[in-house]
Amino acid sequence: MQSLDAAFAALADPTRRAILARLAKGEATVNELGKPFEMTQPAVSQHLKVLEDAGLIVRRVQGTKRPRRLANAGIEAMDQWLAMLRKALEKNYDRLDGVLAGIEKQKKGEK
Amino acid sequence: MMSKMTLKTEGQTHIIVTRRFAAPPETVYRAHTDPKLIQKWLLGPEGWSMPVCVNEARPGGKFRYEWTNGKGGGFHITGEFVELEPYNRIVHVERMHLPDPTPDNHVETRFDPDGEGTLMTMRMTLPDAQTRAAMLATGMERGMEASYVRLEGMI
Repeated sequence: MQSLDAAFAALADPTRRAILARLAKGEATVNELGKPFEMTQPAVSQHLKVLEDAGLIVRRVQGTKRPRRLANAGIEAMDQWLAMLRKALEKNYDRLDGVLAGIEKQKKGEK
Repeated sequence: MMSKMTLKTEGQTHIIVTRRFAAPPETVYRAHTDPKLIQKWLLGPEGWSMPVCVNEARPGGKFRYEWTNGKGGGFHITGEFVELEPYNRIVHVERMHLPDPTPDNHVETRFDPDGEGTLMTMRMTLPDAQTRAAMLATGMERGMEASYVRLEGMI
């Protein structure tokens, strides 16, 4: 059982979240994962290790390649993550409701 | 329902956010273009503020929003306005700096009359499906990103 802390620590890095987003679309090799980030292979491997240690991804042996895919815990963590981001956006608009109400009230007072 | 937000993907490269507001389009448009008003709401989670808010709301004008959590954490967004139709429509391009810039996000925001209020529809277009997936995962929008930085502070 991996700790939630390890999962969220792994998710705190934007590159690692992007790697998970890529893996959400299917299995990929280290080379494929590194391409969009213009990162060296060791840098990508380092991120993959963090994700693996957190139990978010798993590897498979295929000849000389070690393609990675999302673990179930990775899918759950991404879902939780997106729910949290969505909440932050909702929070902005709830605040905007208050700002708008203030402006409208002021307009009515001026009439 | 008055205030429920929707967030969905469309095709390979679009993200669409809708939200209803109780004020008319003119007021909602102003709250999206007047820096003094933007600084009151575009903040993400509790504890974050926007000390720098530059917004030249005219075609070709630039904007720059800088956020901080007051504990050394922060990031910023820069962008340019493409089209503005007061009080109905804003088209702009933006990118987040983390600190490396993310790929450009093209955003069209519409403010349509909806009874006494406004229906806002924000349509984002990313360069490709991969960028969209990364952006959704990275926190795509202003305050959304703040929550990830907050999380970093928590762990």
